[in-house]
Amino acid sequence: MSSLDKETVRRIAYLSRINVSEEGLTELAGDLTRILDFVEELQEVDVEGCEPLTSVADLTLPLRKDEVTDGNIQQKVLSNAPMTDAGCFVVPKVVE
Amino acid sequence: MTDLTKLTLAEARDGLAKGDYTSVELTQAHLKSMEAHRNLNAYITETPDKAIEMAKASDAKRAKGDAGNMEGLPIAVKDLFCTEGVQTTAASHILEGFKPEYESTVTSKLFDNGAVMLGKANLDEFAMGSANTSSYYGNVINPWKGKDGKDLVPGGSSGGSAAAVAGGMALAATGTDTGGSIRQPASYCGIVGLKPTYGRCSRWGVVAFASSLDQAGPMTKTVRDAAIMLGSMAGHDAKDSTSAPMAVPDFEAALTGDIRGMKIGIPKEYRVDGMPEEITKLWENGVAMLRDAGAEVVDVTLPHTKYALGTYYIVAPAEASSNLARYDGLRYGQRVMDEGDSLDDMYSKSRAAGFGKEVQRRIMIGTYVLSAGYYDAYYNKALKVRRRIYEDFANAFGKVDAILAPTAPSAAFAIGENEDDPVKMYLNDVFTVPASLAGLPGLSLPAGLSSEGLPLGLQLIGKPFDEETVLRVGGVLESAANFTAKPFGQEG
Repeated sequence: MSSLDKETVRRIAYLSRINVSEEGLTELAGDLTRILDFVEELQEVDVEGCEPLTSVADLTLPLRKDEVTDGNIQQKVLSNAPMTDAGCFVVPKVVE
Repeated sequence: MTDLTKLTLAEARDGLAKGDYTSVELTQAHLKSMEAHRNLNAYITETPDKAIEMAKASDAKRAKGDAGNMEGLPIAVKDLFCTEGVQTTAASHILEGFKPEYESTVTSKLFDNGAVMLGKANLDEFAMGSANTSSYYGNVINPWKGKDGKDLVPGGSSGGSAAAVAGGMALAATGTDTGGSIRQPASYCGIVGLKPTYGRCSRWGVVAFASSLDQAGPMTKTVRDAAIMLGSMAGHDAKDSTSAPMAVPDFEAALTGDIRGMKIGIPKEYRVDGMPEEITKLWENGVAMLRDAGAEVVDVTLPHTKYALGTYYIVAPAEASSNLARYDGLRYGQRVMDEGDSLDDMYSKSRAAGFGKEVQRRIMIGTYVLSAGYYDAYYNKALKVRRRIYEDFANAFGKVDAILAPTAPSAAFAIGENEDDPVKMYLNDVFTVPASLAGLPGLSLPAGLSSEGLPLGLQLIGKPFDEETVLRVGGVLESAANFTAKPFGQEG
């Protein structure tokens, strides 16, 4: 049985890039532990020699010619951005 | 004059062809009904101007003798399908105001075939939920009422689509199904919902939740309507590498009404502990109807059924945590940033403000099961159990043509129930999740009423890419069940 403590939840929240308040961490620790308890029963299944099933689509991924198929749609690409400047997305300063 | 909102797709198609009414009239009748039932909150965005414009164009097209399979038929589109120039939210705050610059493959096929869009239907946020109570844009209310008159959930995640069809606010609607999101709300609202085989419909332009499970499908009033609409949604698409390069059959032609000699499997593992008596009864009635129609009923075993929910609640959140990483407050959607914030601060604040509780929980569970040290114990293990579930069905389908089971373990419940514990809500998907994990087609159709007078659905599961058998058996079951009850106390 895995029980998540507050510090583990803090780490998961950071990996998920979601700000969580101190209070929220406690609540989430409870919720996430409930969910993990629930999925714990999988451990009893015998999967000896079983290959993981990543997709039910019985397909070989198709290949196409390596060529440009679209482009020149800068306006469209930027049209929903919260902040743009001179045809670019604007991000906070990342280099000191 | 006929109430145009009570027509089936097939009836409306025939009426339009005969010139009994125009698409504009049909569309106006539905827009009026949407206005009258706004309290149910079935739509996030209504598009009346676009609808009338599309209906006019459709009438003009028909006048020139050029009518598609869905010509002039007004439908609701789940707000998970990107629609060009029309706000697409996935019921999330983080996508509020997002107007795609492109049209999803499924909606463009429907529009090419003549369908008219009435608006964007409400859903659970990012299609994560079974009650349509996680939408940022408010709960959807089921048009059906129990004896105590309380507001009931429409099911989820395609709750707005189901409520719109059941309430006469659309002739039909698109839905998407990841673990039951078409079939379970169809059952709760007394309509037909078909989740096609994984790969039958293109996922391109559908906001992604769990890419190995997501599949679009029709939500309609009848089995015939589902066959008609699926024909206009399905087909190979080079833009979705998992869409199957297969021809689209004439699904309507599959409705022969003849299932003599067909073998229908009854999985004993679906008789779960604590299943309400009326669900057991409903299922037994369904078995009797199919037997009466000349089918042979066979017991089958799906031994890993009890592990399906656990598998799903690892695989789906894992894929979701990866898919939803794209909401970064940069390229589209909401951004929250204060003076002096770093890039990480901006990501974390935007995502905390933009995602609701259930979405945050699933992203974090997914992140956890994919993280170093836990990947093998959880994620990889789940993928292996998923193969066991897949093999169970393959073995069963060596013996039978289709499987019959209940759609959901209960009728629609009151808004606010099952909210105290996330796991309680997950249990609503117990009968729909296995077929999703195996990528199989599943059809839910209304087959009876609960003691409260609420609709209950039965589910037919078929072999991969054999929607035709599912529809054929569904058509027979539909005729035998003769479900005529309607919400709002309307006469059938």
